[in-house]
Amino acid sequence: MNQDIDFDAILSKYRSDPFDYVHIHTRHTGRVRFKVTEGAQVKGAGGEWHHLPGSLLFVLYRERNPKPIYSSTFGEVSALRRELEGNFVEANEKVMTIKHPLTKREIIESILRKVLSNFNAPERAKYFFAMDIQARIDKFGPRAVTIQPGDEVFTMSLMKRDIPVYYSGEPGIIHSIYFKPGISVGHGEPLIGVCPPGRLPFIQKIISRVKAEWE
Amino acid sequence: MEDQRKRLLKLEERITYLVHIKEGSEWGNLAALAEKLAHFKHSFYDFAEEELSEEIRKVEDAVAFLEERFEEHLTAMERVRIVRCPQRFTLRDILENVYEDFTELGGEEDVNVDPSMVVAKANIMRRVKNKVITQQVMVIGHEKGHGEEFRNGGSSKPWGNEKALRYMAVAETEGIPIHFYNFTPGAFPIEDYPGAAQQIARNLYALTKLRVPIISVISEGGSGGAEALGLSDFRLMFSHGYYSVISPEGGAAIEGKIREGEKLPKELVAACAENLRITAEDNLSQGTIDRIIQEPILGARRDDFGFFRQLRYEVIRATDEVVLKTKSLRAFRAYEVKRRMAAAEAAEEPHIDISWDLHRDEIKRLLSLRSRKYRDMATNSFGGKASPAMALWHRLEKAVSHVYYSFRYDLLKGQQKQMQKMFQDVSGEGSVFLQRLSRPITEAYDFISRKPEAKAGKATAVRVGANPEERLERGDTYMSPLANEDRTVTCPNAEKFGCRDLWVPDLYGEFCGVCQTCGHHFPLEYEWYLKHLFDPDSIREFNSEIRSVNPLQYKGFDSRLKADRAKTGRNSAMITFDARVMGVDLVVAMLYSDFRNGTVGSAEGEKFVRACDRARLRRRPLLCYVHTTGGIRIHEGTLGVIQMPKCTLAVREYLDSGGLYMVVYDNNSYAGPVASFLGCSPYQFAIRSCRIGFAGQRVIRETTGQDIPPDYHSAKSALRRGHIQGIWDRREFRQNLYKALMTMGGRNLYYR
Repeated sequence: MNQDIDFDAILSKYRSDPFDYVHIHTRHTGRVRFKVTEGAQVKGAGGEWHHLPGSLLFVLYRERNPKPIYSSTFGEVSALRRELEGNFVEANEKVMTIKHPLTKREIIESILRKVLSNFNAPERAKYFFAMDIQARIDKFGPRAVTIQPGDEVFTMSLMKRDIPVYYSGEPGIIHSIYFKPGISVGHGEPLIGVCPPGRLPFIQKIISRVKAEWE
Repeated sequence: MEDQRKRLLKLEERITYLVHIKEGSEWGNLAALAEKLAHFKHSFYDFAEEELSEEIRKVEDAVAFLEERFEEHLTAMERVRIVRCPQRFTLRDILENVYEDFTELGGEEDVNVDPSMVVAKANIMRRVKNKVITQQVMVIGHEKGHGEEFRNGGSSKPWGNEKALRYMAVAETEGIPIHFYNFTPGAFPIEDYPGAAQQIARNLYALTKLRVPIISVISEGGSGGAEALGLSDFRLMFSHGYYSVISPEGGAAIEGKIREGEKLPKELVAACAENLRITAEDNLSQGTIDRIIQEPILGARRDDFGFFRQLRYEVIRATDEVVLKTKSLRAFRAYEVKRRMAAAEAAEEPHIDISWDLHRDEIKRLLSLRSRKYRDMATNSFGGKASPAMALWHRLEKAVSHVYYSFRYDLLKGQQKQMQKMFQDVSGEGSVFLQRLSRPITEAYDFISRKPEAKAGKATAVRVGANPEERLERGDTYMSPLANEDRTVTCPNAEKFGCRDLWVPDLYGEFCGVCQTCGHHFPLEYEWYLKHLFDPDSIREFNSEIRSVNPLQYKGFDSRLKADRAKTGRNSAMITFDARVMGVDLVVAMLYSDFRNGTVGSAEGEKFVRACDRARLRRRPLLCYVHTTGGIRIHEGTLGVIQMPKCTLAVREYLDSGGLYMVVYDNNSYAGPVASFLGCSPYQFAIRSCRIGFAGQRVIRETTGQDIPPDYHSAKSALRRGHIQGIWDRREFRQNLYKALMTMGGRNLYYR
């Protein structure tokens, strides 16, 4: 089961380069004035509602309209195209890259996204586990519950109507639960991450290795 | 020795009090005195009793001397510190010492709807001819609860004010007087339902015509929060209290343009406190209070029992005075109350039998006196008053108008309505009668001459709000000066909705300042609305000569006023005019941003009151369009604050006479006006992308310690909270206004 996923390759990829590279492109044509230098540390949007803008990266001037461009993530400025300073650029021109150091949580989430099969919410609604699934989760924990395609796994509560939702996808155990009962989940958002039973030890192993190895 | 110990402790308390008010022990060598006391305490048993008593007496004399000197030169900021001192009396002390017994309503202590607002049904005792008479009152006030965190320092939450309103209604039902006690630094500025501004507006609106005598006593009167319990028939104030439009710190932050988080210079705060004219003496001279209750030197404290006796006498006397003014038979008793008032030594209530129950006529007189009292407030703090000859002419004009409109609407329209109603009834009856008679004949006729197709039902839908208006030609439109720039701007929602950049001449010309992608409304100047909202050439401005002045002689404010006058060519932040919208005549009051950011002072308040009167006289709907308002003008101090009850009273009288009052918010509308004469309108609308609230983000952050979401004050949030009834697009303002006038006013637009 684990032959199709090369965990060593995944791990070594993150170990050799634990960064995400966010390329910053110009949104439209205009003259560029950089506000950061190569190697500068920048921060992303902050505040409880992400309403405080991040670091100012550059200003794009067009038609006497200065448009400030802020960083959306924290990291270090790299590959800054200094030669563009003060020059006219086309739309979608790459001007710099933000080298974003991945956190432990981001790495684990990224790996899980690759190896688990997610079951997404079919509609915006409140979701609950079906009675028997919930009973089994309560008794043995989620990772002891195996589900098959066609199983009634959820109850979708929408406008006081409860509709059963049947699982479709790879059979396996419920590895991750991404929703909270009684709280609305948007359409297309993942509800659970399912993992074939044979793959579970490998996933756990890889998670514990990431936890141990990354600061 | 026990007595000496008590004297020592008392002395220590007095010195701590002085240190607190002076914010340090440098003044008057307080540090040395404190050290001396510490020494006495430490070596208490080393002294002989007589020796210790003598030493303590010396220190007592020194402290008393310092207190007297201090009292003579007490500054405004020091009074503020007295009010905030934990040793100062609170409402709880008043309830225990002034009233005989009381029962707290709406919760007790921390188990309460809002512990900062205390409501109690209390009995107050007076002696008449060796008889003890107990009279019931409803006591409502803020409880600072020194040391009790849950009291929130007397800053009541919206639901606390709602509780107060609930029990005001109870007092009205029971016909007992209300005694208000203000101990608040300001209302807790949150918009959670029922909303700080909305609830204060509701309280004020109810208080304008509450059918019981109301007495208010101010210790700490923090702007809007105090006004929620401030509109009354008699306003008393403690001699060491303060009553202000804004806290001195808040005023200093605005005046000094101090950034959030930066420390306020002490000198600036003190200067602001002086400039705002917040003391009892200042307020008495401005006419915003009726009388001062004298406190002991450096203010009363929790154990000043003589002061509480004096307070009891003062509130009884104030209630008596209010009640007596409504009585037809009052001459001797009124004389007695007045005589005792003149006698300074009279420190007990008049031994007169005055019932606080009012009959219907007396209530009518009470409300009329209340109305007159507030109408007459702050009438000397604006400029542009008419000369005696002109005033006479205006009065004459008003009298003639009164006769004309009464004849036209009360007499003729009433008759016409009666006739119409009668004809309607007769024709309705007749048509049913005729139908019955003619039915067999028509049925027989229909049977003989039946047509192959059934007759379609006749459409009878009435076109309510039909739009007779043709589209505006481009040449007609007002071109904003903002459009004279060759550049583009970015919509603030570009990130979220991917809005394209907008070319300024297009944006402020053809697009009416609206983003073509997301509909965001960019601010436009008020002239745009004057041009586009009303029928061409229908605007007739009135009272334009009333002008804002600097009644408190606030330093540097004259030049700012002058600059605004030069910039706008107008005399105040409010424009009042008669206008027409698609053939519907209405009176409009407009607050606009270019003049002192649309703040409301005495001139604006007076203009608004006169606009209400005019709308009432002419039987026209009243529209208040708020282009922008930054609140009450702080440079006018409590003369500005008083505009809140004054204007609300005018609105109430207009609405009670059958008027239709609508408010439309645009751009930014905050603070006092929203918490009074704007917020009390039953029909409030907002133009898209505007912000409405009680306090701005910074004030909320600094007061509550919590951050607020970026859309907290948005029109959408206001709609969600039930503050407004709808959000209008600027381009459809005229149509929507007409529709609202037709649906809300309907066929009886001018009078219900």
